[in-house]
Amino acid sequence: MQPDLEKENKTGNNRPLGDSDDLWDDSSVIVNIGPTHPAMHGALRMVAKINGETIEKSYCEFGYTHRAKEKLGENRTFHQFVVYTDRLNYCSALINNVTYAMAVEKLMGIDIPPRCTWIRMMCCEMARVIDHLICIGINAVDLGAFSYFLYGFHQREEAYTLIEKLCGARLTTSYTRIGGLFADAPVGWEKEVKAWIIKTRSVIDEMDRLLTTNKIWCDRTRGVAVFDQAMCMKYSYSGPNARAAGIDLDLRRDQPCMFYKDVEFDVPIAKDGDVYSRYMIRLEEIRQSLNILSQCADKIAPGPIWSEDKRVRIPEKSVVFNTMEGLIHHFKFFMAGFDVPSGEVYTTFEAANGELGFYIVSKGAPRAHRMRIRGPSVYHFQGVGPMVQGEKIADAVAALGSINIIAGELDR
Amino acid sequence: MREDWLMLIAELKSRFTSMVEEVRIPGEYSTDVPIFYVKKEGILDVLQYLKTVSGSGYEFLSDITATDEMGGEEKTHRFEVVYQLFSHQRKSRIRVKVRVKENEEVPTAVHLWNAANWAEREVWDMFGIRFSGHPNMRRILMDSRWKGHPLRKDYPLRGYQIFPTPEEPDPKLLE
Repeated sequence: MQPDLEKENKTGNNRPLGDSDDLWDDSSVIVNIGPTHPAMHGALRMVAKINGETIEKSYCEFGYTHRAKEKLGENRTFHQFVVYTDRLNYCSALINNVTYAMAVEKLMGIDIPPRCTWIRMMCCEMARVIDHLICIGINAVDLGAFSYFLYGFHQREEAYTLIEKLCGARLTTSYTRIGGLFADAPVGWEKEVKAWIIKTRSVIDEMDRLLTTNKIWCDRTRGVAVFDQAMCMKYSYSGPNARAAGIDLDLRRDQPCMFYKDVEFDVPIAKDGDVYSRYMIRLEEIRQSLNILSQCADKIAPGPIWSEDKRVRIPEKSVVFNTMEGLIHHFKFFMAGFDVPSGEVYTTFEAANGELGFYIVSKGAPRAHRMRIRGPSVYHFQGVGPMVQGEKIADAVAALGSINIIAGELDR
Repeated sequence: MREDWLMLIAELKSRFTSMVEEVRIPGEYSTDVPIFYVKKEGILDVLQYLKTVSGSGYEFLSDITATDEMGGEEKTHRFEVVYQLFSHQRKSRIRVKVRVKENEEVPTAVHLWNAANWAEREVWDMFGIRFSGHPNMRRILMDSRWKGHPLRKDYPLRGYQIFPTPEEPDPKLLE
């Protein structure tokens, strides 16, 4: 404590200091955190009025990485828009790809073959594991547990290597196509996935032993930034953040799509709604996702990966290079796109963060009339203000990390 | 599922006779869930009813957004504000829509769901539809000095608006 500062605070007003430890008690200061701040996950901004260390009121702002995705959705063909979905939640790009493909397929009434569905499910669950590993890892880094993060990060890199084998890209996958996939999984891929599952299970157990009962971690997270069931409903919380407050809802189980009916998994529920519950839910969900992955790897069988619907089927390269009709078809497909019958659909899927929705309105053209993306982070970020009110400013960092705000799907 | 929807439609039609303009159900119209077109004067009552009173309990607001129907077949309105509702008990969804003209205001749903706050701000930012009674009707994604509403169909696709200074924090929002 600098003596000058003490003097400055005491002269001028004769108010007694409320807390003898806290020099700035009872003096409101406005603190601006972000948009570029290491504690902010992405380009977010939080402006807080703090009294001592306690946040009295705060407001959040975002939009610094707004890329007009919804406008692009109206000006790109349905096929071209696949690449933009990667950049929504970039920690689990595959889930966005799959959900978008599902939405357009629902609008067109296309059924995809079983192998394609199984691969998509495996992609989703692998992306969920990656996303949760990042979330709990970064949350721990923010609170000072750096090595914990590295355990998870190694497995994440291994998972990215598996994804690279699928589609050649690690982060921005663009793996799905309307009615199929960019490429089939290589031979023996599911065996490699199974080896990865076994390794990841042991790493998760190790991470669990390392942090879950750690006294510092418990003190920093238990009872911190509580968001109870009623608040979750008011602020439209979904996914792990809602389940941490006791809302028993998982869209994979309750609104079944793909083959989630055919696999067994549990939906973990906690009741406290604090940072610790959100951490525990994510840790348990990783285990459940690994269970689903392993069941998928058992059930997957060789077969076609493309729907044989003529409207969406991308012609084989051998046909394109050797026949005139194939070349014309290829050219028309990529230059003009395919018409999607008019209608509207709101397709939702349980993404790693919560309810990811695509509201697509088509007027019969190759481009959407409206492409609304409902990112769970938007609604989660809205709750940060009330969540951290009355908490210490250091706990705001813990709260923000625990609800996993991804700027990509927040700003769109 | 279909019986549930038909029951809900009959219930809403009898209770809000003059307010429900049109109902579109899957099968007759290309949609995944029923769409209720409600007059904007009655939207709050209908949402309130769906949220609390109705046995179905559409208590979860999934999303609020809008569509620009400029140049469409119907000349009576320009925008449609879309409410996506979800029932945790029944695991079913419905969609409620309000038709609005340009410069018309829609009553805010913030008092029903706090989540509506940012969603409505985004509709204002992107489409220029105001919500009357909203506590803080300012832009959300774009800069506060931005001109125009980007998701309108007549908004130009090219062009720049550059601001040399960042937005200042607003102390009024912290009171």
